[in-house]
Amino acid sequence: MFNFHKDHKSLANTALFVFVGLSIFIAVVPAFQMQETKPLPSMEPLTEQQHRGFNIYIAENCVSCHTQQVRNIEMDNAWGERPSIPSDYYFSKKRMDVWRQSPSILGSERTGPDLTNVGKRQSGEEWHLLHLYNPRTVVKESIMPGYPWLFEEKNEQDIAPDDRVIPVPASFLRHPSKKIVATQQALDLVAYLQSLEQPALQGDGTAEFIASIKKKKATVSESEETGNLPDGTALYASTCAACHQADGEGLPGAFPPLAGSAIVNDENPETLIRIILEGYDTRPEYGVMAPFANMLSDEEIAAIATHERGNWGNNAPAVSPQKVKEIRKLIQNLKE
Amino acid sequence: MKKKFKHIYDKFIANRICILALLLLSSHAALAQPTPNPDTSNWFLSPGIIGTIVLIFIVLAVVVVIVYIRLSTYLDMMNHKAKAKKKLTFSEELIDMDEAEIDDILEKRKAALKYRLTGRELGSQETANDTKGIVSKVTHEPENPLFDEKKKTRLNMETPVPLKKIVIWYLGASIFWLVFGTLIGQYVGMKFIWPEMDTVPWLSFGRLRPVHTNTVFWGWASMAMIGLGYFVIARTSNTVIYKYKWAWRSWYLINLSVLIGNIFLLAGINNGGGEYREYIWSVAVLFMVGLIYTFRNFYKTVANRRISDIYVSNWYLFGGLLWTITLAIIGYLPNYQDGLGETVIQGYYMHQGVGMWFMTFTLGLVYYYLPSSLNKPIYSYSLGVLAFWTQMLFYTLIGTHHFIFSPLPWWLQTVAIVFSAGMFIPVVAGTTNFLMTMRGSWSEISKSYVLPFFLVGVIFYFVGSTQGSFQAFRFTNYVWHFTDFNVAHSHMTMYGIISFLLWACVYAILPQLTGSEPKQIFVGAHFWMAFIGLFAYMISLMIGGTLKGLSWIDGKPFIDSVILMQPYWVWRAIGGSLMFLSHLVFAYNFYVMVKKKDTGTQAETAALKSVNI
Repeated sequence: MFNFHKDHKSLANTALFVFVGLSIFIAVVPAFQMQETKPLPSMEPLTEQQHRGFNIYIAENCVSCHTQQVRNIEMDNAWGERPSIPSDYYFSKKRMDVWRQSPSILGSERTGPDLTNVGKRQSGEEWHLLHLYNPRTVVKESIMPGYPWLFEEKNEQDIAPDDRVIPVPASFLRHPSKKIVATQQALDLVAYLQSLEQPALQGDGTAEFIASIKKKKATVSESEETGNLPDGTALYASTCAACHQADGEGLPGAFPPLAGSAIVNDENPETLIRIILEGYDTRPEYGVMAPFANMLSDEEIAAIATHERGNWGNNAPAVSPQKVKEIRKLIQNLKE
Repeated sequence: MKKKFKHIYDKFIANRICILALLLLSSHAALAQPTPNPDTSNWFLSPGIIGTIVLIFIVLAVVVVIVYIRLSTYLDMMNHKAKAKKKLTFSEELIDMDEAEIDDILEKRKAALKYRLTGRELGSQETANDTKGIVSKVTHEPENPLFDEKKKTRLNMETPVPLKKIVIWYLGASIFWLVFGTLIGQYVGMKFIWPEMDTVPWLSFGRLRPVHTNTVFWGWASMAMIGLGYFVIARTSNTVIYKYKWAWRSWYLINLSVLIGNIFLLAGINNGGGEYREYIWSVAVLFMVGLIYTFRNFYKTVANRRISDIYVSNWYLFGGLLWTITLAIIGYLPNYQDGLGETVIQGYYMHQGVGMWFMTFTLGLVYYYLPSSLNKPIYSYSLGVLAFWTQMLFYTLIGTHHFIFSPLPWWLQTVAIVFSAGMFIPVVAGTTNFLMTMRGSWSEISKSYVLPFFLVGVIFYFVGSTQGSFQAFRFTNYVWHFTDFNVAHSHMTMYGIISFLLWACVYAILPQLTGSEPKQIFVGAHFWMAFIGLFAYMISLMIGGTLKGLSWIDGKPFIDSVILMQPYWVWRAIGGSLMFLSHLVFAYNFYVMVKKKDTGTQAETAALKSVNI
């Protein structure tokens, strides 16, 4: 019966049915099980605008360079507070329409940063719009393509009162006399990006990162021996430089300079620390700064502040983690 | 009912995991929870990394051997020629002599002893004359010393004209897609260096990348495979193709799906960005129907075979087609693809697309074209059969190794890792079979322009697949996942294995079908540009990818890893350019092979027609 060498029928049937069986075991059944997840209580569905932005995200195939998965390993700590879990994808991974399936937002390449938590990490609308128009306006070394077709070039006199004008530096303009105005599409896409935030987990300790043996040892010995701060230069580069730039000069019309800033150079670091902890939105000529209290530890904030106070011609005393701790407590008391 | 099924299934999985745990022995704990971040200070001592380096050196060693064999045979040949010529002249002279002549020589010798130069010896007006007929060929253009001349193929195989036409048209379309697809690839590669090359929406990176991958997958490799497969099916069944019309239908369907699919991708209409299924289902259906026609046609042809056995090539062709049709159906059905269900299917689909379609089908082609171009049987038929079933078993189960450490169930990831190691079995079986077939014919390699393609393809089959298995290991995955190393790996396999083997098959069969050979120097140019280009591409991204991964583990700012990649992206673009140029040469070679000859073709065609009807 199973003479595969002579019987083409049994050969084809066996090859087909065994493969189908294996496929059901390894793909179809697990897939059915995986789609039976429920959303976390803290999650909300995408708003209509965010959903429109999400459609652009997929159409421009952003997933070919940006992942949205925080793996359960320590190096992915940079991209989220906890490893991703199936529920995180409840609202975004749904069939899009008759023609298009549930989008592959987990991704397979990290040519650009992971976006799981980008709404928290990079919350300013202004920054996103600038970055979308031409990423090199805010990150000099970026290789991401610009999306100028999501923006309009308008003459000064044609600008309507509710137009969102983007402060693109003159050197990036094709027609220096014109202004760049975000289209609805750009605003939608940014709304989606701003919505990307890891939802909070109920309870705790269930999804801790797998810690690095090496790193743990290193931090223990450091704090015991010298009380050294983490690397302020690296922290500044990954947390602050996207807006304030690596040279501390900021971006005119969008992000204030730190070099020569009175607040940064103040003998008393209190205002600087408060801005980092609480965010800042009092100067209309600049974009909004997000609060970092939940994202950075006292040591990290002290390291960043120290870096800012000792570079680009700034010259102010270092900041200690104890000082940050004090101010954090103070803010909490004020709130209560 | 559903619950009961689920219970049984869970129990089944639990049993399965127990078995796996036994297999893994030491890593029982790993099943419950992944083990911590490894120490990276000695990263280059990790088995996966060492293994990969060894594998790359294998390729280098093989190339060095090819070059060495080439050079030494060439030198030998030159030496040999000179010696033989001398001997021939001398012995012929001796034979031709009679007594008087010998006396004459002796007299001359005596005279010579007393001879003194007169001072007028040079500048004589006499013309050169080969009185003894020793010179057989006079040329004013001595052989080009840089390029070795290869054996000509045995030309003119008797093949039905409609089949010839099908093979040629499938290959023609595939070459069009190869040139188009790699042009896009080349352009996309340059965008890493000059991100502001253009600001046209249709040419932006996100939209062009899937155009590149889908074109070379479904346009180039698939069309070439099916075209070459038609010849194998007819030949090894010793019969004619069941319905030529179906072959043409699937030709149109597949080309149409690639054409429409690409236009949609450029316009920003894609299926949600899952790799290799970016064409929306209504486009993919065209491709699928094309495959179904092809399978029906192959199946019926084999059913009508005039010999009792089904040659092992046809097993692979059947498998490739059946599995890919199944795969496409599972990949596009929507019922289980919400949430991470889609991710499970994506891992399964993208891995199987490569393993069950390109790899399986191409291996089938090699099982025919390699022995036939060596003019001897395959080394072991049973090894071929073993590799076939293990290919099906192991390849199918390892899709999730594209999502290690992801939120997918850990048992899926473990199965994937374990069976990735199991992939050694079909790979070693296949490689051994091919190399043993070549054994004893190594000297043929220096005389043939087809065999170097086969040799490189087979070596890459071993190296690329094994490296892929290494990549699924935990430490290497830690370093390489999400980096440019993946891109290097996929070019090592889709290009180093599939494309090189397909080129070998094309050069092996096409001259025999059309009666015209390509210029050997251009085949050589194609081979070396493709090979050197691929090597530059691969090595630069492997080194860059590794450094990128290490920089991430060290917790450096992300932009650092972008900056450190710059020089490697430049080298990648250089390698890519060489690869693209080699495809232009290949297209030219194809043109030379298929262009109509002025004389003889008509009469020959008529004669063949009368034979085959």
